[in-house]
Amino acid sequence: MSELIVKNLQVSVVTDAGTKEILRGVDLTVRSGETHAIMGPNGSGKSTLAYSIAGHPKYTVTGGSVTLDGADVLEMSVDERAKAGLFLAMQYPVEVPGVSVSNFLRTAVTAIRGEAPKVRTWVGEVKAAMASLNMDTAFSERNVNEGFSGGEKKRHEILQMELLRPKIAILDETDSGLDVDALRIVSEGVNRVKSNSDLGVMLITHYTRILRYLKPDFVHVFANGKIVEAGGPELADKLEEQGYAAYTSA
Amino acid sequence: MSSLTTNYLAPSGREEAWRFTPLKRLAGLADPSTSTSSEVTFLFKSGQSPQVDFKDVVSSTLPPTYVSTDLITNRVRSESLTTSHLKIAKDAQLTEPIMLGRNCTGKPQTARLVIEAGINSVATVIIENQGAAQIGEEIEIIVSSGARLNFVTLQEWSSEAIHLGQHHAMIAKDGEFNSYVITVGGSVVRLNPTVDFTGEGASANLFGLYFATSGQHLEHRIHVDHKIANAKSRVNYKGALSGKDARTVWIGDVFIHKGADGTDTYELNRNLLLTDGARADSVPNLEIETGEIVGAGHASTTGRFDDEQLFYLQSRGIPSEIARRLVIRGFFAEIIGKLNNEVIQERIMDRIDLELAQVGV
Ligand SMILES: Nc1ncnc2c1ncn2[C@@H]1O[C@H](COP(=O)(O)OP(=O)(O)O)[C@@H](O)[C@H]1O
Ligand SMILES: [Mg+2]
Repeated sequence: MSELIVKNLQVSVVTDAGTKEILRGVDLTVRSGETHAIMGPNGSGKSTLAYSIAGHPKYTVTGGSVTLDGADVLEMSVDERAKAGLFLAMQYPVEVPGVSVSNFLRTAVTAIRGEAPKVRTWVGEVKAAMASLNMDTAFSERNVNEGFSGGEKKRHEILQMELLRPKIAILDETDSGLDVDALRIVSEGVNRVKSNSDLGVMLITHYTRILRYLKPDFVHVFANGKIVEAGGPELADKLEEQGYAAYTSA
Repeated sequence: MSSLTTNYLAPSGREEAWRFTPLKRLAGLADPSTSTSSEVTFLFKSGQSPQVDFKDVVSSTLPPTYVSTDLITNRVRSESLTTSHLKIAKDAQLTEPIMLGRNCTGKPQTARLVIEAGINSVATVIIENQGAAQIGEEIEIIVSSGARLNFVTLQEWSSEAIHLGQHHAMIAKDGEFNSYVITVGGSVVRLNPTVDFTGEGASANLFGLYFATSGQHLEHRIHVDHKIANAKSRVNYKGALSGKDARTVWIGDVFIHKGADGTDTYELNRNLLLTDGARADSVPNLEIETGEIVGAGHASTTGRFDDEQLFYLQSRGIPSEIARRLVIRGFFAEIIGKLNNEVIQERIMDRIDLELAQVGV
């Protein structure tokens, strides 16, 4: 049983025009097995929340705390956070020229598990995970995210999540840019990991359509750098009908 | 002991060809008042075959086949009493690379090497450079019609070495010349890889990799002359720099002369600055005198380490040192991947890792 607790998190970013405050006190707790949907308009700070928890150096935490099972996440380096059990599926996965997917996956898994995976079982493990995400095994020999389509990048993110077995995963608009089939395949991947591992999920999304496949236990409305309303799945239906206007007019 | 017979003046630094080079650090190799004290010869380390002939000959029996205006080349020609001559027989299909090695000491020296790849031959020649050389060299490379020659030169000099050289390839009809210039060692290395096509259907692929750390000056001046129709050239050099006063210069001159219809050329140089205080100059230059070409282009970039790549790798649990190494290895992978010799590939990667470890990456 794991627990990610975000308390009164305040984050700013330094721009050419000066310091810009983005997160204005976010409170959120995600436990193993739970799925939290974070829904909000573009520019409200959802990705900033995700990046801040993962430790992106561009974002400065100016107040509040983030803990995973009592350990201070904000004190950890980026890789330590991943080793502690956090995973971020990025909205815009980064291309890494010259580094093959297979080398990347093996290096990451070795770092997270603390030992190199056994050659025999490893190849099978990767193949099976790729097959279930409908990814051609030829992807192993390609460079990380280089020349991948939007959908392929998102599948590759979920592939990593399957292999790295995190405790809590943050999925930042994993649904955006996916056609219906890809959305179903990716969602099934997340559900498979959940049923195998009691994963806690923070599902950041702009639209409700992914919630047909990934049933949230909690829905949070995010606007202007904080959570402005929280409820159960029914809140998503309300958003579907009414949009975010009521939350952004202020 | 020999002194200079060619009449020339030491460069002042104002000449286009010398304006980037630290003239004070050349051990007198570009200065006619300094005499060279000895000649360097190669050790034939491996790849012996009945179809390979390698010997030192009296230079006058092997006169140059082209005219050079390069100062170092002319000095080497006039001062090297012997020339190393490597001949690959017609139709030879050599699977094992020919390895020539030299370990030089810190005295001003000259070296002249002529490589002749016979008609329709296939071979790989690897030159290993080690030691604290002060060397001026000319390598003349003759790729006969239909021949394919892979030419690898590894500058793994020790940190005080000075190396000024011209590597001139002449490629005949349907010949293919693939060169890999790997420069990681030395205090000052200034190489001029140049190409001339002598027959149609010829092609040259010039790859380079350099890694300069504190105080190193690594300069590569590529010059490809398209005077003949329907020849193809590709140039791709990649360099990384780290530390105070790490300095690299890349010049890429491609000339497409009148009548060189059907020319297809592209040149590329990328530099990765790993720290502050390093400087990379990159000057691509394309001159075109005919419109009837297949393609001609160039690109040059010099950039810093991509923090987004690092973050991505680290967010998957990969510690920052390993992540940085992956990114740098990845940057060079495109060049190293072109070398189809795993032993050399590993050796270059290991050397890069060593350089990275030494600069604390
Ligand atoms: N690195 C950054 N530099 C400058 N502004 C940023 C940066 N990251 C985010 N922002 C700004 O912060 C706000 C929130 O962005 P983001 O977290 O990406 O929102 P969302 O993911 O909800 O669309 C936006 O106004 C965005 O322009
Ligand atoms: Mg976003």
